[in-house]
Amino acid sequence: MKIGTPTEIAKDEARVALTPSSAVRLQKLGHSCLIQSGAGNAAGFNDDTYREAGVEVVADAAALWKAADVITKVRPPEASEISLLDQNKTLISFFYPAQNEALLADTNSSKATLVAMDMVPRISRAQKMDALSSMANIAGYRAVIEAGNNFGRFFTGQITAAGKVPPAKVLVIGAGVAGLAAIGTAQSLGAIVRAFDVRPEVAEQIESMGAEFLFLDFNEDGAGDGGYAAPSSPEFREKQLACFREQAPEVDIVITTALIPGRDAPKLWLEDMVKAMKPGSVVVDLAAERGGNCDLTEMDKKIVSDNGVTIIGYTDFPSRMAAQSSELYSTNIAHMLADLTPEKDGQINHNMEDDVIRGATATHSGEITFPPPPPKIAAIAKPSAPKVVELTPEEVAAAEAKAAKQAGYRQIGLLCVGAAFMWLLGNYAPASFMQHFIVFVLAVFVGFQVIWNVSHALHTPLMAVTNAISGIIVLGALLQLDSPNGAVTLLAGISVLIATINVVGGFMVTRRMLQMFQKS
Amino acid sequence: MTLTYELQVAAYITSAVLFILSLGGLSDQESAKRGVWFGIVGMAIAVFATIFGPGVTIGPVLIITLVIGAIIGVVVATRVEMTGMPQLVAALHSFVGLAAVFIGINSDLSPPHDMLPAELIIHEIEVFIGVFIGAITFTGSIVAYAKLAGKVSGSALILPGRHVWNVLIVAASIALLVMYMSGAGSWTLYVMTLLAFILGAHLVMAIGGADMPVVVSMLNSYSGWAAAATGFLLGNDLLIVVGALVGSSGAILSYIMCKAMNRQFLSVILGGFGGPSGEQQAIEGEQIAIDADGVAASLEDADSVVIVPGYGMAVAQAQQSVSELTRRLRAKGKNVRFGIHPVAGRLPGHMNVLLAEAKVPYDIVLEMDEINDDLPDTDVVIVIGSNDIVNPAAQEDPNSPIAGMPVLEVWKAKQVFVSKRGQGTGYSGIENPLFFKENTRMFYGDAKTSLDALLAKIA
Repeated sequence: MKIGTPTEIAKDEARVALTPSSAVRLQKLGHSCLIQSGAGNAAGFNDDTYREAGVEVVADAAALWKAADVITKVRPPEASEISLLDQNKTLISFFYPAQNEALLADTNSSKATLVAMDMVPRISRAQKMDALSSMANIAGYRAVIEAGNNFGRFFTGQITAAGKVPPAKVLVIGAGVAGLAAIGTAQSLGAIVRAFDVRPEVAEQIESMGAEFLFLDFNEDGAGDGGYAAPSSPEFREKQLACFREQAPEVDIVITTALIPGRDAPKLWLEDMVKAMKPGSVVVDLAAERGGNCDLTEMDKKIVSDNGVTIIGYTDFPSRMAAQSSELYSTNIAHMLADLTPEKDGQINHNMEDDVIRGATATHSGEITFPPPPPKIAAIAKPSAPKVVELTPEEVAAAEAKAAKQAGYRQIGLLCVGAAFMWLLGNYAPASFMQHFIVFVLAVFVGFQVIWNVSHALHTPLMAVTNAISGIIVLGALLQLDSPNGAVTLLAGISVLIATINVVGGFMVTRRMLQMFQKS
Repeated sequence: MTLTYELQVAAYITSAVLFILSLGGLSDQESAKRGVWFGIVGMAIAVFATIFGPGVTIGPVLIITLVIGAIIGVVVATRVEMTGMPQLVAALHSFVGLAAVFIGINSDLSPPHDMLPAELIIHEIEVFIGVFIGAITFTGSIVAYAKLAGKVSGSALILPGRHVWNVLIVAASIALLVMYMSGAGSWTLYVMTLLAFILGAHLVMAIGGADMPVVVSMLNSYSGWAAAATGFLLGNDLLIVVGALVGSSGAILSYIMCKAMNRQFLSVILGGFGGPSGEQQAIEGEQIAIDADGVAASLEDADSVVIVPGYGMAVAQAQQSVSELTRRLRAKGKNVRFGIHPVAGRLPGHMNVLLAEAKVPYDIVLEMDEINDDLPDTDVVIVIGSNDIVNPAAQEDPNSPIAGMPVLEVWKAKQVFVSKRGQGTGYSGIENPLFFKENTRMFYGDAKTSLDALLAKIA
């Protein structure tokens, strides 16, 4: 199949859906690649580097759309592009079918197959083609860089000859992929990072990135389907805002990434919080496209509030790092095509039974296949263990006392049984037996005390040495050797023989093993 | 020259003390080396005191059997491979069992004279118990040996109504004891011996695979109790003391092993691994393979590495390659350590011995509890031939057959590589969600071949 990539026609879009390195991957699958001349210029890939990678450079868009069987793009197609599609062509791009119903209907009327990269289900197997995560990762990184660009101070704290510089305090709201990337970036620049998320299970991820999780004492799980957040209750929201209000005067940089699928972005950084911030502080709103998390955000603009706080509402962070984002996006697409080409023979097999392919396909053979059925497997396994009910200290103490009492009763019971047994034994057994019995019982206790101290690493030598000394049974056999009865002598002789093997073999092998243990 | 009875007892006391010191020495690697000498000297004193004591004449039979036995012992001990240690230990247990059976039968054939009626009853019970424990130890150890040496299938053999058979055999043995005590003759003893042989073999046949460490330590314990019973039979305190020491040692080892698997001792002994108690969680994701280049690149970047070996490493004889890998990584200044689960391998402490043989320093070989807290800060974990002991289902899935078993929490590390022959399941036959985790990569192939390929990439 021929995979073709045209120049993005959306304004200021610098990304490209095919890079020289992804072209090599696609060729390994048996496909050939086409690119429109100049398509990669904005991302830093010129036509010659494509040619070197074996990509055929086509002069204009019309020729490319005509020649290619599969067209890969970044942005959703525009009307002029849809008119170039036909039923034998497949288009792979971001599409957002839920928001673009008219466009979806248009695309469908061309009978082309449409694979929407933003619809790849969030399951482990599909992570390699999860372009939204790739882009979010870049957005999170870039958000910190943009913030730094507009922040007049260091991120890291320093003590210099000219005085002490305090470290910047960064607050990240929403610890999705973008939020975590922002945390990591800010952390590595040396800032003090705090982060908040409505889903308590991400606390561990936040802490693993080195940030402090702002913990809300509230019994609500904000996790929705597919690992995304769900809307929260009004009480929860109030608590959350109170927590942010407390943070506002302290933090220098706020990065908001809170989005709920299919809804406007929740307003989390209100006007009064901006007012409470120090002049020179920066707010980067990664949710600007959906109305913004900050009251003052203006989409695609950078504004400065009355009290000198910069609020950045750009929506094109990935495009601002076009080389990196093109590389990741085109790799995501290459993975998608790898799943679409299971035989690696250059033939596309659009298997609608496959969860991932089915999920991402929005139109196929003249039918709108959006929305897809829910994937057969959940994105993230729900913790199945029921929450343990917290016990009060009194209850814990009571339970402990009860357990101690029970243990006491059990011990007393065992001692009573033991005493009864001893009484019986003392009544019937002869004196000579009782003498030996004392020795036996004491030896058992000595054994228990001694063996508990043996190091775990030496358990095999322990078995070998106990084996050797249990060969002590040779003494019994020796005592029986001198019997007038021939059968007894024979059996005793065999016993001496095998017990000696035991003794000598056991000790030798123990010694051999212990010699091997060496300290570094 | 003949020692007096008093001197002989004094010698026995000395050797008993030396044996206790010998076991006590095993609390760490350095004192253990000295401890073995205590044991050897104790044994020598005991044997000489018996040979030169009352009631034994030094004849050709005695000398020949002692010398031949010693020679065989030396040959066996020097020839055995460290991976074959479980088989050897099992085989040696069977000897103690058999000796106990013979001594018991001898005691029946030529009973001591002039005994009071009460003493006679006790004596008869002692003979019976000594032979019973000895016989179970003997056949049980033989079967364990055959399983560990791969001469019979290692999986559990479950006969229909096996518990009923066991109970019937024990009941029949008690009935035979009663008959024996009421003077029915020696045949009752022989029939009981046969029954106990069957019982021992059957008990161990029903236990398989990863439960073998418990079986071996249990047989260790039995061999001790058999020696103690023989001591009662002969009225010899040294035998009683040593038997009790060995018996309690084996019992403690069995207990530690059971605890490490979160299983009841009784359910292990009764055999057969229980099925899942409910619907197990489905596992999503896929196993992602990686080649030696990928593993080498990750190791180059890592600062801290933890290696978790299992039975698979022993099977593949990969310990030398593991040691070489450790040496090279340590030479690069990386922090390499080993995490050992108590039931890794087929014998308590099996992995420690294999690693020691391959010259891995013992101070970087840590126990599960010592290393678990460090795993979240570890860059790379390499799992070599272990499966159930790193299975997160033990903590995450209450319906898993291994739920609640303490495991090495390797999935908390940043990156996990699993060296494994294929996609099969472990001994317990359950899927391991670890292999499907995002930070896990599967390094397929025989452990030794894979590691050698890896060593070629790491200078």
